Amino acid sequence: MRLGYVLRRLVFLLGVIWTAATLNFLLPRLAPRDPVMQKVAQQAATQGLRGEGFAEYVQSQKELYGLDRPLWVQYVDYLWGIVRFDLGYSITNYPTTVNQIIAQSVWWTIGLVGTSTVFAFVIGTVLGALLGWNKSPRLMSALIPPLMVFSATPAFVLALILIYFLAFRAQLFPLSRPYSLFITVDWSNAKFLLDVLHHAVLPALSLILVSLGSWSLGMRAMMVTVEGDDYMTFAEAKGLTGGRLFFQYALRNALLPQVTGLAVAIGSLVAGSTLVEVYFNYPGLGNRLGAAIASFDYYLISGIVFFLIAGIAVATFLVDMLYPLLDPRISYARGT
Amino acid sequence: MGSFFSYVRRNPALGWGLGILVFLLLFSYGGRILINPEDAFALATKTDLPPTLDREALAKIGEMPTLKGKLDQLRLGLREVFGTDSQGKSLLASIVLGTGLTLQIGAIAGAIGIGIGTVLGFFSGYYAGTVFDNIVTSLVDVVLTMPGFLVLVLIASSVADPDNMTVVTMGLVVSVTAWAFPTRAIRSQVLSMRQRPFVMMAKLSAMSGPEIILKELMPNLLPYLVMSLANSVYGGVMGSLGLQGLGIGDRRQPYLGMIIWWIQYYSAFLRGMWWWILEPVIIIILLLTGLILISFGLDEIANPRTRRSV
Amino acid sequence: MNQPILKIVDLRVYYHVEAGAVKAVDGVDLDLQPGVKLGLVGESGSGKSTMALALMRMIKEPGKIEGGQMILDGTDLMTLNTEQMRHVRLSQLSMIPQGAMNSLHPLLRIEDQIIDGIRDHDRTLTKAELHERAGILLESVELTRRVGRMYPHELSGGMKQRACMAIAISMHPQLIIADEPTSALDVVIQRQVMETLDRLQVELDLSIILIGHDMGLMAQFVDRLAVMYAGRLMELGDTLALFEEPLHGYTQMLIESLPVLENKGVFTGIPGITPSLLDVPPGCVFHTRCPEATQECREIVPAFRELRPGHWVACHRHGVVEA
Repeated sequence: MRLGYVLRRLVFLLGVIWTAATLNFLLPRLAPRDPVMQKVAQQAATQGLRGEGFAEYVQSQKELYGLDRPLWVQYVDYLWGIVRFDLGYSITNYPTTVNQIIAQSVWWTIGLVGTSTVFAFVIGTVLGALLGWNKSPRLMSALIPPLMVFSATPAFVLALILIYFLAFRAQLFPLSRPYSLFITVDWSNAKFLLDVLHHAVLPALSLILVSLGSWSLGMRAMMVTVEGDDYMTFAEAKGLTGGRLFFQYALRNALLPQVTGLAVAIGSLVAGSTLVEVYFNYPGLGNRLGAAIASFDYYLISGIVFFLIAGIAVATFLVDMLYPLLDPRISYARGT
Repeated sequence: MGSFFSYVRRNPALGWGLGILVFLLLFSYGGRILINPEDAFALATKTDLPPTLDREALAKIGEMPTLKGKLDQLRLGLREVFGTDSQGKSLLASIVLGTGLTLQIGAIAGAIGIGIGTVLGFFSGYYAGTVFDNIVTSLVDVVLTMPGFLVLVLIASSVADPDNMTVVTMGLVVSVTAWAFPTRAIRSQVLSMRQRPFVMMAKLSAMSGPEIILKELMPNLLPYLVMSLANSVYGGVMGSLGLQGLGIGDRRQPYLGMIIWWIQYYSAFLRGMWWWILEPVIIIILLLTGLILISFGLDEIANPRTRRSV
Repeated sequence: MNQPILKIVDLRVYYHVEAGAVKAVDGVDLDLQPGVKLGLVGESGSGKSTMALALMRMIKEPGKIEGGQMILDGTDLMTLNTEQMRHVRLSQLSMIPQGAMNSLHPLLRIEDQIIDGIRDHDRTLTKAELHERAGILLESVELTRRVGRMYPHELSGGMKQRACMAIAISMHPQLIIADEPTSALDVVIQRQVMETLDRLQVELDLSIILIGHDMGLMAQFVDRLAVMYAGRLMELGDTLALFEEPLHGYTQMLIESLPVLENKGVFTGIPGITPSLLDVPPGCVFHTRCPEATQECREIVPAFRELRPGHWVACHRHGVVEA
């Protein structure tokens, strides 16, 4: 029973990855734009154009990137590359490979998205639970409108407000960058770490606030539903303490459906962080993606998007694996 | 009509949401009177101006003989009332037009999202377990697992020619992921309704599948469908703002998200151009909050369980 | 006569809605002697479940206990504060719920659900003692100790109901309110559960209030029976006396509606419907359905009085008395 569940989720994971890979392969190639010409044009603009040998140069570039071969050959190569974790070369940053670019930027993104998810989930869940609990002070419902606004706003828009008020006007936080301009990069130095944290506050805050809004409102709705359930009535009839009723009985049951939303939340946080990174000039994957789009570097666009989608699919899979541990009913029910 | 208003009083979320939406519609369509559309494009007027009223131009309104003349003077006077950006665009004109464009994109995404979502959702839910249903569900699951925005980025940056992307094209692009969630939501509602007695009755009276869907299931799920529509519109608007924020799309057009992209491009922050930053942000927040309030309000109708009032 | 274990005096519970006040319980007086099983029978909407919740002081907004006293073993529950009442629950007064299907915490093991109740009342017991106590409780409701480690979704309906019973007796309360404990079960399991309850009552010398709508079940189980209608008591007496000589028209009709073996195929119901508790008719609340209603019945509320020793009724047929 348990094994069946794991296998099904695994097959699904592979399905998503394959679909993502295929989409990532096809879409850029369906475009009317040609990355090689784009790069050549860019080179011409910066370095000057050579009249002769132009066609041969273009051809050699195409061969270099394997773009002169038939589509299906490219597809097979592409899939094979994925299996070996080889995403090819970045066209605009040749000879840097896509993998190298990803490796440079991924940790910033993981750091940002990871901490934001954790904070938003924990604070949002507890806040939502308190909002939904009928014994909470009425005053707390004043928090609902701002939370709603937060949940509706895109992270980068919220980022703009935060930058304007906290960075520009109040000058409490830096406007951009992951760490100060003239500081030495030394990960073992406490002063450096503090600087990194200082720079990370606003980007993280924009992501956290947005996510917090949705988590808390969702949790609140679940708490209201749970409070109406029979086991709450019986629990109260048992003379349980208020604390136990809130945490063990109400919150714990309301939490379950929320956990299923965790994977989707990670997905939307990653999407949100893309723009936030661009606006804060934060060197994560989102930022590199923005640059890749501007220069139409297919391989890089393809590689980063694929990597992100695959990453989220894996995260979804892990959350799915986590779920039966939280809910004893799941492993026994087939097809759930 | 009276009962509509009394309901709205008891459902403040819906009331406020609709109110905000009506206001924005008036702002973007009614507001056109106050602007000259060409002012939303580069070099319309002086650059980098904070909000100012051109009192001279306004004073001349009285002097103009024709209504059109008066209107032109009014527009001239108000041109810089929201300030201007670094390319000399009137922000009033940009935002008025931009809001309209965003609403249009939302409408397209909403229509397609709910159109496809309803058809697929109803049919796959009603015929659950069939090959058709399995294909649809797998497709929906895959699409929903992938973060929609990234897919949109991929599509928008490759398939379409960004420099000439029309509103319709952007709407279509954003719709690619908008249909998935409504399909799943509607399907699950249909699944739970399928077993209800009234559906059994319909089957016994020899109603065909599509007939049952149309005459029995759909009317019962109407509030839910409207809520899904609101969600699709919201999703569409969010997606389009995200794309524009990355600079994907026709940059000359005054899309709301594009205004923000220009803010970043011209480092409006470092130059203290608060009007340029706050105005589009406020409108965007209003629009999205309004949509979410409507969705919240509709959710109360569709799911009475979460109702707090007796 | 000993002191009654429970004395309810003029209990009123109203629900305040936009349209007015729904009088779910409107002036109920009741005495219960220790060790006695009392049945509280009535149609849906008669107010019997509200009585149960009121006794536990678990009435939620927009409902409110408007007035009256509920004296449990000498203490008026209405005078207790939240913490004191919380303590009373389970240790002196407990409840066996109606829908056992959903009354257990879906994610906790059975024994943990038995233990947490005890723990929140008595912190002195050790883990081992609690575990042992849970085991004994399970056995006393005819479940094996193994059930303790299981989750609710692994148990059958009857087993879940027994688990709830185990929880209800876990602190050896004086009074148990069983709110339609067998309504959701099939007849065979119903009998087994009721037999277990009976046995527990004898072993632990419990007082029980059994709430339900099944006269047949009441006849087999309870010592005394109270008949409730539209928020008021119509009749109260020893079960045997009530069945042999029902003094109230409503009781009579309830008994007559029971299917009788000799009269197969002939079913009698009670004509009419329960009045809206928002807009209670004047006079005797039953007059709209009583075949013997007179003008007095339509105008004057009959007093609930002791016509025979231990047998109370509120009906004008036995002499007009002002309320």
